Amino acid sequence: MLADKDRIFTNLYGLHSPGLEGARARGAWNGTADMLSAGRDWVIQQVKDSGLRGRGGAGFPTGLKWSFMPKEVKDRPHYLVVNADESEPGTCKDREILRHDPHLLIEGCLIASFAMQAHACYVYIRGEYIAEREALEKAVAEAYQAKLIGKNNVHGWDFDLYVHHGAGAYICGEETALLESLEGKKGQPRLKPPFPANTGLYGCPTTVNNVESIAVVGEIIRRGAKWFASIGRPKNEGTKIFCISGHVQRPCNVEEAMGITLRALIDTHCGGVRGGWDNLKAVIPGGSSVPLVPRELCDDLILDFDALREVKSGLGTAAVIVMDKSTDVVRAIARISYFYKHESCGQCTPCREGTGWMWRVLDRMAKGEAEHREIDLLLDVAGQVEGHTICALGDAAAWPVQGLIRHFRGEIESRIDRYRLRKPFVAGAAPVAAE
Amino acid sequence: MTKLIIDGVEIDVPPDYTLLQACEAAGAEIPRFCYHERLSIAGNCRMCLVEVKGSPKPVASCAQQVRDQRPGPNGEPPVVNTKTPLVKKAREGVMEFLLINHPLDCPICDQGGECDLQDQAMAYGRSGTRFDENKRAVEEKHMGPLIKTVMTRCIQCTRCVRFATEIAGVAELGATGRGEDMEITTYLEAAMTSELSGNVIDLCPVGALTSKPYAFNARPWELKKTETIDVMDAVGSNIRMDARGPEVLRILPRVNEEINEEWISDKTRFVWDGLKRQRLDRPFLRKDGRLTPINWDEALSVAAARLSIASEKIALVAGDLAVAEGAFALRRLGDARQIAAKASLGPDMALDLRQGREGYLFNTTIMGLEDADALVLIGCDPRREAPLINARIRKTWLRGGLQIAAIGASGPLNYRVLNLGGDVAALEALAAGKGLFAETMAAAKRPALILGEGALARADGAQVLRRAGEISARYGIVRAATTQEPHGWNGFNVLHAAAGRVGALDLGFASRLEGRFETVYLLQADDVDLRRFDGAFVIYQGSHGDAGAARADLVLPAASYAEQDGLWVNTEGRVQMARRAVFPKGEAKEDWAILRAIAGRMGVNLGFDHLAQLREVLVRAAPSFGMIDHAPGASPVRVGFDPAQLGEAGPLGAAPIAPTPLDFYRSNPIARASRVMAECAEATAPAAPELAAE
Repeated sequence: MLADKDRIFTNLYGLHSPGLEGARARGAWNGTADMLSAGRDWVIQQVKDSGLRGRGGAGFPTGLKWSFMPKEVKDRPHYLVVNADESEPGTCKDREILRHDPHLLIEGCLIASFAMQAHACYVYIRGEYIAEREALEKAVAEAYQAKLIGKNNVHGWDFDLYVHHGAGAYICGEETALLESLEGKKGQPRLKPPFPANTGLYGCPTTVNNVESIAVVGEIIRRGAKWFASIGRPKNEGTKIFCISGHVQRPCNVEEAMGITLRALIDTHCGGVRGGWDNLKAVIPGGSSVPLVPRELCDDLILDFDALREVKSGLGTAAVIVMDKSTDVVRAIARISYFYKHESCGQCTPCREGTGWMWRVLDRMAKGEAEHREIDLLLDVAGQVEGHTICALGDAAAWPVQGLIRHFRGEIESRIDRYRLRKPFVAGAAPVAAE
Repeated sequence: MTKLIIDGVEIDVPPDYTLLQACEAAGAEIPRFCYHERLSIAGNCRMCLVEVKGSPKPVASCAQQVRDQRPGPNGEPPVVNTKTPLVKKAREGVMEFLLINHPLDCPICDQGGECDLQDQAMAYGRSGTRFDENKRAVEEKHMGPLIKTVMTRCIQCTRCVRFATEIAGVAELGATGRGEDMEITTYLEAAMTSELSGNVIDLCPVGALTSKPYAFNARPWELKKTETIDVMDAVGSNIRMDARGPEVLRILPRVNEEINEEWISDKTRFVWDGLKRQRLDRPFLRKDGRLTPINWDEALSVAAARLSIASEKIALVAGDLAVAEGAFALRRLGDARQIAAKASLGPDMALDLRQGREGYLFNTTIMGLEDADALVLIGCDPRREAPLINARIRKTWLRGGLQIAAIGASGPLNYRVLNLGGDVAALEALAAGKGLFAETMAAAKRPALILGEGALARADGAQVLRRAGEISARYGIVRAATTQEPHGWNGFNVLHAAAGRVGALDLGFASRLEGRFETVYLLQADDVDLRRFDGAFVIYQGSHGDAGAARADLVLPAASYAEQDGLWVNTEGRVQMARRAVFPKGEAKEDWAILRAIAGRMGVNLGFDHLAQLREVLVRAAPSFGMIDHAPGASPVRVGFDPAQLGEAGPLGAAPIAPTPLDFYRSNPIARASRVMAECAEATAPAAPELAAE
């Protein structure tokens, strides 16, 4: 359980003013100049010592990522890009930060840009986040007004922050597709290498970080890396905003310590699972792209990067989607599959063709209109997508399907059997394409 | 060089190789669809996956460089496997994905037999389908008269998009939609405004983009393939003519890095239907003002009689499409009769032949243009006069480091050009070291200029040539080979527009003709000002019933470039050998054979009786013809070529410098006979101004 004093986002629920005065009263922009005066290496070391891992889903150590940037600025400027294209189903943590604590983000941007010797930072906001963009723009204007950022600001590091509004494509949350989109091109992921730290925005060294990763930096340094590292389990330290949705009494966003158990999280903050803990069927612990975890594994389930990997799932964005026994889990995954089919950029073959195939098979399975052998076919197709694509969207589309078959194979089979029982004769599972 | 272990074999490759290139160097076959040597890397088909030790996932070998591979823990070379079960499974998976939405219409697809997807499906595909859903269909697109689209077959490799954007320089192809709804389209349902658009047909690995004029004509294995040379412009693109029986059914490019790389222009590719229309298939004589069919015997007698008059009253003209053997036979006939008026026309050009071939050749060579860092275009429109040279300029410009200016603006070019205007003052200024581009030229290490037909085919052409020579001298455009610079640098280029021109000049034909004549012999010459021959008896020898035949008093039917073996000299001065793809039409004969027969009738000995003998005599008379495929510009620059002495001193006229007006799709008799070219000309003609509907 995270004590109130250890919370970073003290205005997560918007109970106080998001404006500069309010933010200052809560501690933002306090001592920022001192942090910068301690030097770049010190800042990066602090972030490394804190054990902060990227909050966008992959969990890559943030300090390490920063240190990949070239040590000296040569012929090309450095850029920081903040990924606020939060589109993962179930995830709405960045939304709350942008709405209610934008100054923490702006301060984080300044510190991170200083650490990477960037004089410009772009915040790429999801197309659907209109109110959030307005909130952030307002905060940015306040910060410029107060000379906290901009040319000749009080912190002594020339720094401009640009807010860019996306057009609402999930794929633009992938870091290189985001850069493409920011450059005005079609949002399609780039080939790696070269990595953005070498060749990123406009061909210049760039670091792309999640909103939450950047927004916590100011508080981490203010309170000390040790404080942050003392929360959670080794290699999974710190606090994290969890977004709990689905079949709980009170869905909510809450900042909690990493490594909290699922049960504690739901019981403490959400009033428990609808119909009691025993009514739980499965959870998707990290946004729609990670495999679900069935009830049997949930009792002592710890929510952090490594613990969830042990149950073949992942922390992802920490968007916990709770499903009780009333859930048609096949249909739920079919819907997720549709989402990935819809959001695939179409650039590379396995994802372009595979996502549609998986969705169509699952859609039939949800009705039972399939054959037993197709379950293995589906698993095989998912395997053919996973790991063969340019970006991780292929993996994200395959994992939920694999999770479903791993844990709920029986349910699919009985669905198919039940469907057949109602039919006197099933000639073929589906109409065969005229060839 | 970097060491790699590929399939257990250690090899040493340059670090900037991609893994795909390295695997090929090691002898491993890597399937691919999106990868193409001359286009940027897309990495989207995922067919070229290989296993790299240490990487959890298979990697796309086209998109990874050798230098990015990490060595093993003890410093052993990176290990790449291309034949493991993981790789096999990955490729099979990708192939299955490519095929699930690909229609099974190979029997009616023109790509059949030369389809990458078909071939690779044989190697990596499953025998049956596991896909029980409905296949995707894509709405038809319209891409003009040349390219037939069946977009349902498209596998979204984006080669065509990358070609259009990078090589052709027209950003008119793209992908709309995303995911499985992604479609390749021109969006506006219009033809690409590129003279290189036909190349996307070759690039397309499936049958999505095929040749519209060739549609449903033949299967590739039925065709007789002849490797030959194109004559639509003076570039001398290397082509392959595919013929069935008496018909040429299509023309494809051959790879020649020094000339056309692997592209050809649309005119080169689609002109073949012009080979079967408007053909002259028997001799004609004008009787009572009408051309009347006659037999060869009578025709030869008439020609012999007309060529036996006083030699100063005879003019011999080698035209745009005159093959070297024909021109040589004509010259030998002229020599025997001591005829002085021999010219190679088109327009009368003020070329200076006194200083040898450098004075009228494209001396940098086409490939050598890539070394240039500053370029002035004078009175030429490379995009239409020589699309492949234009592609080379664009390639060099794209790579960076080449700055281009133009005097006598041409149409829209697909690279950035500093337009100095068409006024002769701009030329004078540059020659005097003044003007906007003078500093760039002075600073350039390898400056070059290209002098077009339009700059020389004017009354003051000799003076323009002199100015160009002065520019060359001022900016060091011509530097003879020295010990410091063993090759020297010759950036003085004349861009010819006609395939027969340089060969004829090499054989002693003049570049202009003056005087009045009683007998004029036109050898494949249609695009000349025929009014100057009013009153003369015109003998026309050629392949098509075009301007020359219409004016002629005697028509001698000859073979076209597809129907005779022959030597062609391109604008670089490179001699290339063309081969006969089909036989001449009707009673038509090869160019040299007709002239040999006339000479025989006249009792003149030309010194040869067959082609091999002719070539022997030819090489003895003009040794440059003995060096097949060699561009003289590739040899070290000769001491003694002084560009400043080219042409004649004197004031320039007032007329602005401009490229010769050129109707790209109708520039020669064969193209004018082609229905496809006519459609193209119509499609690209500027639309009539639309009036507002009110």
